[in-house]
Amino acid sequence: MNNQRSFFFNVDWVTVLIYLALCTIGWFNIHAAVFDERHPSIIDLSTNYGKQFMYIVISVVLATVILLLESRFIAALAPAFYGITIVLLMLVLVIGRSVGGNAAWISLGGGFKLQPSEFAKFTTCLLLARYLSATNVRITEMRSFLLALAIIGFPMVLILLQPDMGSTLVFYSLIFVLYREGLSPYFLVISALFIVLFLTSILFTPLDVVAVTSGVALLAVLLLRKNRKLVITVLAGLAICIAFIFSVKFIYNHVLQQHQKVRIDIVLGIKNDPRGQGYNVNQSKIAIGSGKMWGKGYLRGTQTKYSFVPAQSTDFIFCTVGEEWGFAGSVVVLGLYLFLILRVIMIAERQRSPFSRVYGYGVASILFFHVMINIATTIGLAPVIGIPLPMVSYGGSSLLSFTILIFVLVKLDSNRMGIV
Amino acid sequence: MNSFFERRYVIAGIFIVIIFILLARLFYIQIIDPRYAIYASKNVLLPIIHNPARGPILDRTGKVLVQNVPFYDIMVTPKMVKPFDTAELCKLLGYDRPTFDKQWEKAIRYSPYRASVFEKQISASTYASVQERLSEFPGFYSLPRYLRTYPDSVAAQFLGYIGEVTDKDIKRSDGYYHRGDFIGVTGVEKSYESVLRGQRGVENWMVDSRGKYKGKYAGGMFDTAAVAGQRLTSSLDVDIQKLGEQLMQNKVGSIVAIEPSTGEILCYVSSPTYNPNLLVGRERGNNAAKLYEDPYSPFFIRPIQAKYPPGSSFKPLSALIALQEGAITPSTTYFCPGYYTAGNRRFKCNNGEAHGLVNLSSAVAKSCNGYFMMVFQRLIDRYGVKQTEKTFAKWRADVNKFGLGTKLDLDMPGEARGNLPTPLHYDNIYKRGGWRSSTVLSLAIGQGELLATPLQMANLECIVANHGYFYKPHLIKAIGAENVIRKEYTERNYVGIDSGNFEPVIDGMQSVVENGTAIRSKIPGIIMCGKTGTAQNNHGDSHSIFVAFAPRDHPKIAIAVVVENSGEGAHWAAPIASFIVEKYLRGSISPRESGITPEYFMNANKLPDISTYTIKSKPKTAPVDTNKKLKKDSVNKLKGLKSAARYNRKDRTEQVLTARFNGK
Repeated sequence: MNNQRSFFFNVDWVTVLIYLALCTIGWFNIHAAVFDERHPSIIDLSTNYGKQFMYIVISVVLATVILLLESRFIAALAPAFYGITIVLLMLVLVIGRSVGGNAAWISLGGGFKLQPSEFAKFTTCLLLARYLSATNVRITEMRSFLLALAIIGFPMVLILLQPDMGSTLVFYSLIFVLYREGLSPYFLVISALFIVLFLTSILFTPLDVVAVTSGVALLAVLLLRKNRKLVITVLAGLAICIAFIFSVKFIYNHVLQQHQKVRIDIVLGIKNDPRGQGYNVNQSKIAIGSGKMWGKGYLRGTQTKYSFVPAQSTDFIFCTVGEEWGFAGSVVVLGLYLFLILRVIMIAERQRSPFSRVYGYGVASILFFHVMINIATTIGLAPVIGIPLPMVSYGGSSLLSFTILIFVLVKLDSNRMGIV
Repeated sequence: MNSFFERRYVIAGIFIVIIFILLARLFYIQIIDPRYAIYASKNVLLPIIHNPARGPILDRTGKVLVQNVPFYDIMVTPKMVKPFDTAELCKLLGYDRPTFDKQWEKAIRYSPYRASVFEKQISASTYASVQERLSEFPGFYSLPRYLRTYPDSVAAQFLGYIGEVTDKDIKRSDGYYHRGDFIGVTGVEKSYESVLRGQRGVENWMVDSRGKYKGKYAGGMFDTAAVAGQRLTSSLDVDIQKLGEQLMQNKVGSIVAIEPSTGEILCYVSSPTYNPNLLVGRERGNNAAKLYEDPYSPFFIRPIQAKYPPGSSFKPLSALIALQEGAITPSTTYFCPGYYTAGNRRFKCNNGEAHGLVNLSSAVAKSCNGYFMMVFQRLIDRYGVKQTEKTFAKWRADVNKFGLGTKLDLDMPGEARGNLPTPLHYDNIYKRGGWRSSTVLSLAIGQGELLATPLQMANLECIVANHGYFYKPHLIKAIGAENVIRKEYTERNYVGIDSGNFEPVIDGMQSVVENGTAIRSKIPGIIMCGKTGTAQNNHGDSHSIFVAFAPRDHPKIAIAVVVENSGEGAHWAAPIASFIVEKYLRGSISPRESGITPEYFMNANKLPDISTYTIKSKPKTAPVDTNKKLKKDSVNKLKGLKSAARYNRKDRTEQVLTARFNGK
């Protein structure tokens, strides 16, 4: 009895409440986005909003089950979970059902499908946490670092083969986890630098970018000329940068697919094609922008209800929020996410066990990356790569995987006083 | 605690900054930038226009001159069109593939996002079969419109016609008209456009991304209902209009009859005329082109646009002014030896016929040129020859009061002014002070530079009939169901002649018909006062002119008839006028002492020889290309500005018509 009581109080109910709030917001917005006059009931199972309700119920049941599990069980089974997902990811390449060009789904019968890449995020987080919490592992050591990269990279490669660029990029967010565990901050800086170089090389001619980069590097050399070691580092970095800049055009033209190139072009403003490739994003911006301060009201959004925005219940669900609830609604939803992410970081930091902490950061990073890319896409700040908005977008696999992701953390947190 | 504890702040910081960047962007597109809300309504709003029925036009007795039949336009919004079976649609609309492609191109050129007319004027019967299948072709829809029909096929030049709006019309209308709308182009359709067109209705639909109807915008709060155009009651009498058009068959000229006590125009014939039904519907362009090729130009609105020397029909006016000025009295006599001598020139009187001793009335009755030349000289020279210019100016002002040389402000577009020469005109020809009453003597008998339209001549008779005033002639006597009459049509316009001065002149005009030049046209039992005119012109035979009013007491009708190049007034114009007058007053035509019958005049062909017919210049070839015509005009301008200007003025009506028909 005493044990049960303490367990109840140890659950982080704030996180659970935000989770439930976001699920509800998602459910209602899916209702508005794909509203069907013939099936107005929000729990009609023949509609997507009815199905989403069912997924929410299943998720809550699943969450309860997770909370009742033994914590040690979770950590112990991490490699097994990881292994299963890897097998599924390989399987999907062989028997996967193609939806929207990506062979990402395994049919479960009865119209239900499973998307292994959604669960791969969770299992990778888990195994990464397990690995980094081992006593003899230091991320600053080359061997540990490479192994950590391999854990992250293996599912990435498999997902990229589907090909699912969006889900692949999600794994990149785990760099924050590695950083928290001691990875050199230069990795963050270099990552940012490479992103900037990539975009500027597309926007401008490579030679211009090389010139500017070289100029900055020479300035650094001048300032640091007393320290020979640093000068050499900077010059070596410059050489790598220049090589990268010249390889960008190659990657851009030969590695990326045509539609990916166009999507990048549209975000960068190189191409303006509001009736063709840019249709989604343009209509999405119109939907959100027309919401003004207070929105058009529930079920009154014309852009989403009259299907001007494609994929309105999945990747573009935020359009419904922006259109029907306006800037006020957008602030509430983004505020909830920010609060959730910061709460998860807080939870992670209060863990005694490194396993829980690493896992917590994984959860925060994955949540953050989804929110950032998804919303940036709907307002034209990021190219369309097709990843869902956590808990809000329609879809069972996505909702269940985020439920597992979050509630495993809540479970670990509820046991934080014990020893894992 | 591990050593990288502070890094959580870095991570949280990055997350917070990026979320705030997203919020800033949201703030920009949702609050700052107003474009998105506009785009959203553009996406979802589809204004459906309901065209009102155009107002009908009735004759003075309530008989329908113009009414509407419904038909349908097939509209298309190219961007809403989904892939469809082109062959099926072609079959449905009776198209071949090239026509289809042409129409499609046209629609796209107009606007990919806005609806334009794809197929025009499908009749109600054809529409029934099209309507059933049209829903299979998203992006296409039908729009009901109305076509004008003319049950009696009369009064084409009065009614005018409607045509599709030009770009210029659209620009001028401040957004009222849209492409494919109709507007009055000539006649009453043009001058009463704002009354006839009614008020367009708009229904604001909400559509989804496929253009499917999803409900009314804002619950129909901004919708407006179509209001049908108002009814116009014209002053025409369809019976005499019909008779007039029959009598003028195969003749060039016009008939204008006015009710003197109101100024209402009873009969408005322009010959040759055309069937107004030809300018309606899908064959309109072809028919118009054919009509345009007619050398006698049916589109020329002769009652108000043709200018003729009034000839002897002007004499009563000459006499009235002289009486008013005291230059003569009714008993002033003159001995006519068959000619009139002015200075060293001799003017023959009516083919040299000697009238002997004539007074005012008998001079009118016998149409004695000599008498009126004498009167004119007395009038102009009454203060001595030095004052010629001054007295002439006064004479001109007096004549001008009768509505000559000025527009009568008819409620119809395209009215001509006629010509009443000014002293300056003669100063330019001769030198200042270098001309005398004898120089301009032909004005006394309505020749020379004097030119009047048939409307002006008929109005002149109204003045005589009314003993000194007229009401502005008009063709629409009442507007709308409340029969609103324009105030200006109820005001008398006095011409400055004492009513007593009219009697001797009217006596003379009565004898014209009783025992004078127009004796053959005497109507049994009705006293008609008239005056024949035989207007010499340089295009061929004289124009036959007759002006009259009847009955003498309480006149009910004043009339002017012109039959171009047909000879003497008494031979053609006078009998035609007498039939119209009798038909109007009595409802039927009785046998005449002289034995003339309407049938004879209906069947007579007095069309002038095409080779000499030059009342107005026009290109010999059919108008094919507006550009060609414009080029021709510019060449003319280069050849000589003056002649080109004359050419253009005469030909302006045709130019407008050509441009319209070719624009189709």
